[in-house]
Amino acid sequence: MSQAKTTIIKRHLPEEDGDSKTIFGFWLYLMTDCVVFASLFAVYAVQRNSTVGGPSGVELFSLPFVLIETLILLTSSFVCGLALLAARRGNKQQTLILFSVTFLLGLAFLGMELSEFRHLVLEGDSWRRSGFLSAFFTLVGTHGIHIAVGLLWIGVMIIKVARTELNKANLRRLTMLSMFWHFLDIIWIFIFTIVYLLGALAI
Amino acid sequence: MMLANFLGRLTWDALPQDPFAIGGSLMIIFASLTIVGLLTYFKKWKWLWSEWLTSLDPKKIGVMYIIVALAMLVRGFADVLMMRAQQALASGSNTGILDANHFQQVFSAHGTIMIFFVAMGLMFGIINLILPLQIGSRDVAFPFLNATSFWLFAAGMLLINASLMLGEFSAAGWLAYPPLSETQFSPGVGVDYWIWSLQIAGIGSLLSGVNFIVTILKMRAPGMNMMKMPMFAWSVLCSMSLVVFAFPILTVTLTLLFLDRYLGMHFFTAGMGGNAMMYVNLIWAWGHPEVYILALPAFGIYSEIVATFSRKRLFGYTSMVWALIAITVLSFSVWLHHFFTMGASANVNAFFGIMTAVIAVPTGVKIFNWLFTMFRGRIYFASPMLWFIGFVIIFTVGGVAGVMMSVPAIDYQVHNSLFLVAHFHMMIVGGVVFGFFAGLTYWFPKIFGFRLNERLGKYAFYCWFVGFLLAFIPLYILGLMGATRRLDHYDSSLGWQPLFIVAGIGALTIALGVAFQVLQLIVSIVQREKNRDVTGDPWNARTLEWSTTSPAPVYNFAVLPEVHDRDAFWATKQSDIKPTAIRYHDIMMPKNSSLGIIIAGFAFICGFALIWHIVWLAAIGLIGAIISVIIRTTDDDTEYRITAKEIEKIELAAAATRKIAV
Repeated sequence: MSQAKTTIIKRHLPEEDGDSKTIFGFWLYLMTDCVVFASLFAVYAVQRNSTVGGPSGVELFSLPFVLIETLILLTSSFVCGLALLAARRGNKQQTLILFSVTFLLGLAFLGMELSEFRHLVLEGDSWRRSGFLSAFFTLVGTHGIHIAVGLLWIGVMIIKVARTELNKANLRRLTMLSMFWHFLDIIWIFIFTIVYLLGALAI
Repeated sequence: MMLANFLGRLTWDALPQDPFAIGGSLMIIFASLTIVGLLTYFKKWKWLWSEWLTSLDPKKIGVMYIIVALAMLVRGFADVLMMRAQQALASGSNTGILDANHFQQVFSAHGTIMIFFVAMGLMFGIINLILPLQIGSRDVAFPFLNATSFWLFAAGMLLINASLMLGEFSAAGWLAYPPLSETQFSPGVGVDYWIWSLQIAGIGSLLSGVNFIVTILKMRAPGMNMMKMPMFAWSVLCSMSLVVFAFPILTVTLTLLFLDRYLGMHFFTAGMGGNAMMYVNLIWAWGHPEVYILALPAFGIYSEIVATFSRKRLFGYTSMVWALIAITVLSFSVWLHHFFTMGASANVNAFFGIMTAVIAVPTGVKIFNWLFTMFRGRIYFASPMLWFIGFVIIFTVGGVAGVMMSVPAIDYQVHNSLFLVAHFHMMIVGGVVFGFFAGLTYWFPKIFGFRLNERLGKYAFYCWFVGFLLAFIPLYILGLMGATRRLDHYDSSLGWQPLFIVAGIGALTIALGVAFQVLQLIVSIVQREKNRDVTGDPWNARTLEWSTTSPAPVYNFAVLPEVHDRDAFWATKQSDIKPTAIRYHDIMMPKNSSLGIIIAGFAFICGFALIWHIVWLAAIGLIGAIISVIIRTTDDDTEYRITAKEIEKIELAAAATRKIAV
C-alpha cells in the first residue's frame, strides 16, 4: 500500500510530467494545422481546373526550379534533425551552428518561393487572375507563412540557447521546433506532388 | 485626404445613425462608464487586475467566461425582442419597427452572438470551472494558453459589439454565405466585423480544444482510467476532439472569404472561377460538428445531474460512452443535410439523409439511458432536475422534427422555412442552453460557496419552458404554412399574424424568465449567508469536485484523490475507510501573467484595423502580438511554490468551518 502511494506521488510531481504534456499538446496543435492544410488542399482540388481562360499549371510551373526548392527544404530538415541530436548530446556549439544552417537553408527556400511568386505576378498571373491561381497562391503561400514563422522561431531559439544553457526547458522547446520544421517538410512533399508534379504533368 | 488614408475607411459617418444603434451604443457606453466609476470609487482596479484579469486559475477564467456569456445573452435577447416585435407587427400595410437592412443586421447578429459568444462562452466557462476538479487535477494542462483563449474570446466579443457603435454589422446571415457576403454585394464593413470577431474568438476556441484534450488525457487523478471517468469529462473529451478537427476548417473558410474581399481572390465569387457552394460545404463541415461541440458537454451535464438527483448510478455507462463516441464520429458525415436543395445528385442526398437519420440513434440511446436512470430512483425535483426534464421534452420534439427533415424530399418542402428555425432552436436552446443553466445552478455552490435561491430558480425555469413552447410551436405551424425564415414583412391575407403574435408573447414570457434569473442572482447574493454551503457537497453528489471545499482552494486538492471506482466520491462516502494521517507536499502553481490579455489586446487592434483598412495599425497589432508570444514562450520563470506548511494552514482553517455530511 505504501509502495503504491509513493509511486503515485512521484508520477504527479508537476516537474516530472511537464514535458510529455507539452509535447503531446504540440502534437495535437500540429494535427489542427494539418486540418488547415487538408482544407486548403481540398479547395485547391476543387479549383485547379478553374483557370477561366488563364494559364494552368502546365504553363506556369518549372519542375527543375521546384526540385531545387524541395531539395533545399529536405536538406534543412535533415540538418535540423542533426541539430536536435547535438542538443540532446549537450553540445551547445554544434547545436547553434546546425540550427544556423537550418535557418539559412529555410531562408533560401523562402527566397526562392517569393521569387517564383514575384515572377508570376509580374507576368500578370497574380491571384486575381482565376480561381485556380487564388487557390495556388493561398495553399503555397500558407506554407510559406509557416516557414517564415519557423524561421523566426529558429532565430529566437538560437539567441535563447546562446544566452542560456541547453537545459531541460530549452531542449523541450527545440524538440517542438524540430517537430514543427519536419511537419512543414511533410506538407511540402504533398504540395510538390499534388500541386507541382500533377500540375506540370497535367494529370 | 491624408487623414482619410491614415485612418483607412474610418470616418465620422461610421458613428451610429438610427435610433436603435444609438440607443444600444449609449447603453453600452453608460454601462462601461458605470463600471469604471464604481471600480475607481471603491479603489478596486488593482484587485481587478491582479485577482482576475491576469489570473491563470481556470476557476476564475471560468467565471469570467460566464459573465461575458451572460452579458451577451442579454444582447442577443434584445435582438430577439426586436425580431419578434417586427414579425408580430409587420403585416399588410404596417411595416413594423425596423427597415429591411436593419432587420437583416439584427438576425445576423442574433445568430452569431448566440452561438459564438453565448453558447460557446457558457460551455467553456463550465468546462473551466468543473473539468479539472472533476478529474481530480489541480489545473489545466496549459494555464497560460487557457487564459489567452479566454482573452481572445473576449476580444472577439468586443469587436462584434464595436460594430454597434462604429459602422454596421453584417447583413448576410449568421454564416455569411457568398456571393452575398462578397464585396460586390456587401461593400460595407459589416461582413469584415463578422469575419474578424469570429476569427479571433475561433482561434481561442481551437487552442482551448487542444488544452482540454491534453488535460483529460494526461492529468486525471491516479486510478481514474478512461472507463472510470465521469460522464461530463467524457463528453468534454468528445466535444474537444470535434473542436480540434472542425475549428481549423472555420479558420480556413474565414481566411478565404477575407482573401476574396481584401485581395480580390476568386474562391467564392460569382465569376472568375469562384465557387460559392464550396463555401457552403466548408462552413458546414465546421458548422455541423459545431452543433455537437455545444451539445455534447450539455449531455454530460445532464448525465451528472440525473444521476445525482435520482440517487442512482448512471444507467448504461458504457453505452453512454460509446454513444458519445459514435456521435463524435458521425457528426462529420452529415453536413450536407444543411443544403439538400443545393442540387447534389440524388445518391449524395440519400447518403447524407441516411447518415442524419443514423446519428439520431446514439442520441436516442442517451435519452433512454437518462430515463432508465430515473426509473426507480429517488428523484429530487431541485431546479437543475427541472431543467433536465424540460430538456428531455423539448429536445425529443425537436429531434423528431430533425429526423423528419433528414428525408431529402421533406427537406425540399421545409428548407429555409420557420419549421427549420423552430427545429434548431429546440436543439440549441432546449438542448444546450437548458443544460448550461442546469449546470450553472448545480455547480454554483462549488464555485461561489453558496447556493442559488431555489424558488426563484423554479419560477425562471417555468417561464422559460412555457415561453419557449409558446415561442416555437407556432413557428413549426407557420413553417408548414410556408413562412420562410428572415421574413421582415408578409401579406395580411396569409393569416399568419395571430401565430406570430403568440410567438411574440412566448418571447416576452422567456424575458420574464430572464428577469427571474437576474432576481435570483441578486437575492442569492444578498442571502448568501443563509444558503452557504459548508459541507462542500450540498446535493449529496457523486463525483470528485464535491470532495473538496466550496469554493475550492486555488490548488483544488491538497492531496490528489485516489480513484478506485466510477462515481469516486460516492464510493468514498459509502465506504467505512477513515482517512489516515495526511502528509502534505509542496505544490507548484502557475504565476499570474498579464501577457494573455496583452496578446488578445493586440489581436483586437489587428482585427479592428483590418476591418477599417488601416494598414499601419494592423501591422502594430500583429507585431505586438508576435513579440508578446516570444516574451512568454522564452520565459523560464512561470511557476511559484506553495509550501506544505501553507497548505496545512489553509486546510486546517477550512476543516474548522466544514461540516461533512454523512
